[in-house]
Amino acid sequence: MKASLTYGVCVLTTAAPAPPIGGLRRRRLAGLAVLAAVLLACCVASVAVGAKAIPLDGIWHAVFTPTGTENDIVVRALRAPRTLLGVLAGGALGLAGALIQGHTRNPLADPGILGVNNGAAFFVVIGIYVFGVTSLFGYVWFAFAGALVASVIVFTLGSVGRGGPTPVTLALAGAAVAAMLAALTSAVVLIDVQTLDAYRFWAVGSLAGREAEIAGQVQWFLLAGALIGFASAPALNALSLGDDVARSLGHSVRRTRVLGIVAITLLAGSATAACGPIAFVGLVVPHIVRSFTGPDYRWLLPASALAGAALLLLADVIGRIVVRPGELQVGIVLALIGGPFFVWLVRRRKMVAI
Amino acid sequence: MTVLERGAARVAGRPALRGRRASVVWRPRYVLVLTVGIAALVIGMAVNVGRGEYPISILEVLAVLFGGGDSGQQFIILELRLPRSLTGALVGGALAVSGAITQAIARNPLASPDMIGLTAGASAAAVFVIVIGGGFGVLGGFLAAAGLPVAALLGGLLTATLIYALAWRRGVHGFRLVLVGIGLQAMLLAVVHWLLVVAEVFEAARAYVWLNGSLNARGWEHVVPVAIALAVLLPAAFLLAHVLGALQYGDDTARGLGVPVNRARSLLLLVAVGLASVATACAGPIAFVALVSPQIAQRLVGGARPPIGMSLVVGAALTVIADLIARTAFGGTELPVGIVTAVLGAPYLLYLLARYGREARA
Repeated sequence: MKASLTYGVCVLTTAAPAPPIGGLRRRRLAGLAVLAAVLLACCVASVAVGAKAIPLDGIWHAVFTPTGTENDIVVRALRAPRTLLGVLAGGALGLAGALIQGHTRNPLADPGILGVNNGAAFFVVIGIYVFGVTSLFGYVWFAFAGALVASVIVFTLGSVGRGGPTPVTLALAGAAVAAMLAALTSAVVLIDVQTLDAYRFWAVGSLAGREAEIAGQVQWFLLAGALIGFASAPALNALSLGDDVARSLGHSVRRTRVLGIVAITLLAGSATAACGPIAFVGLVVPHIVRSFTGPDYRWLLPASALAGAALLLLADVIGRIVVRPGELQVGIVLALIGGPFFVWLVRRRKMVAI
Repeated sequence: MTVLERGAARVAGRPALRGRRASVVWRPRYVLVLTVGIAALVIGMAVNVGRGEYPISILEVLAVLFGGGDSGQQFIILELRLPRSLTGALVGGALAVSGAITQAIARNPLASPDMIGLTAGASAAAVFVIVIGGGFGVLGGFLAAAGLPVAALLGGLLTATLIYALAWRRGVHGFRLVLVGIGLQAMLLAVVHWLLVVAEVFEAARAYVWLNGSLNARGWEHVVPVAIALAVLLPAAFLLAHVLGALQYGDDTARGLGVPVNRARSLLLLVAVGLASVATACAGPIAFVALVSPQIAQRLVGGARPPIGMSLVVGAALTVIADLIARTAFGGTELPVGIVTAVLGAPYLLYLLARYGREARA
């Protein structure tokens, strides 16, 4: 584990010779525009596709001149809130992934490395077992609290050394805490079968049945996380030169890292609280996006948010199509599509190391 | 070369025993610690066999083992508890040796055979058998007929091979191997999650027990395969292990010392994978034993790399004691042994991390 981490840290990129600044800028703007168009297309698809297919003029009618027809109700009460939740959660996960990869300078990092998923899972299980919570709505706060607590523990343990939090100590502390929490979660669900029965449906990660109110509950945390995250882009650019160089350029490494962890926790924590643990968005999206933005975080962060939202919606739509009339949960679809794609990406060329 | 060896081996209190081609240094500390370790293992197993709903004293346990005792005691000990304890000891030992080899090859105290996907593959196959059984065409029928352990073994080995093959591009690059492993393991994990959702709740509970690494209801049919694997692979490990010392200096130096680095490493890795996959097939993925045991063993006996023999004993003792706790400490519920090893092992990982951080900065 350590070998791979340090390897990721030390490898230098051998990218193609940099194009002139104007060309780079044009390429980045074009990339962002394409991403925005893809996201819009995914949104339309997410509203249109489902057990009852809705034609484009029906969507237009429901959004701009609703009259209470059946299509209008389906769109306004079910599809649109679900799509919104997908955009929020996917964007948050993509952004959190780019942030954590920047802060740990580790291309293998995803938000789960801070123990967010396992912390949320453990608190949800406690909520079910001890407090008898059984609705998705009720899980949200347990999951959010668990994500916060876990990442605070990981961050504290990762900072005990004299040098404060470093990429490697954070990753190792995350692995240890995640293992511990997973074991405790297992212990609880094995003691009580009813808890297992409720928990296993939360644990796959899905957008179904978690609509408007749930997005409403976490949106402010999400917004705060996104603001802090976007604001940290210049500091992240400095950090990617190494802690010492960043310090000599006048950045407070410790403050940047603490703020970064706060942003990641808010983003990934609220996404996990709303949808359950969803893997792969945070890991894959920054790699895809980096191919046209390059390493500059001022471009990488917004592009990751857009791409994350598009990817999550796309996976959700695919999950609604493949096993009609049922649904495949978005977390499963993402892993089944994302896995081969990731392997292909790894084989095709050199990973852009950070 | 001979002169050098003679000079180097002459340490006070450590006479060397020389054969024609091999030599062993007599190390009192190693022998002492090994003896204590074996004693702890035997006592742990005796207590584990004795404790339970129907308690049997250690003396009676010994009596039964030497052919005495009444028929009820004989049944409980010989058919129920002893095979379980033996499975635990053998599985723990196999995992620990596999971890010791992997860590020595990778020159990294955090390496473990899990990294190449054995656990994920075995888990997916095992949960498939538990949840779907024979009801999924040819594949399901084949896996169900083969039985849970064989299916898990095949799943693990197949995944490891696949990851290795996909990571191959004019040689295997460590970093690429890890990345491909991540991709494939995520897919297999998604399959496991999906199976858990579609399963009946009691099947899901059974699958969950397996996923955590459990020794519940393990009988002689589980003891035999692990014993055979150890009987074949352990001597191979000892025979190959003498090059591990040279590998510690790095590939170039090892080559300079006359070690065929690539061949030695592949063979050792094969032994490690064999041990870990058989152990996982029998008892499920028991967490942290492969990671922690070699490190404890190394701290107990000293030296520059995890010692294989001592790791075996530590792994076996650790697993048996963890099983004792999992079986008896929580009233009526028997937890899977893997939960106890994870709860004990995770803090140890943190301790390693704290130490590691200090060394890295020093």
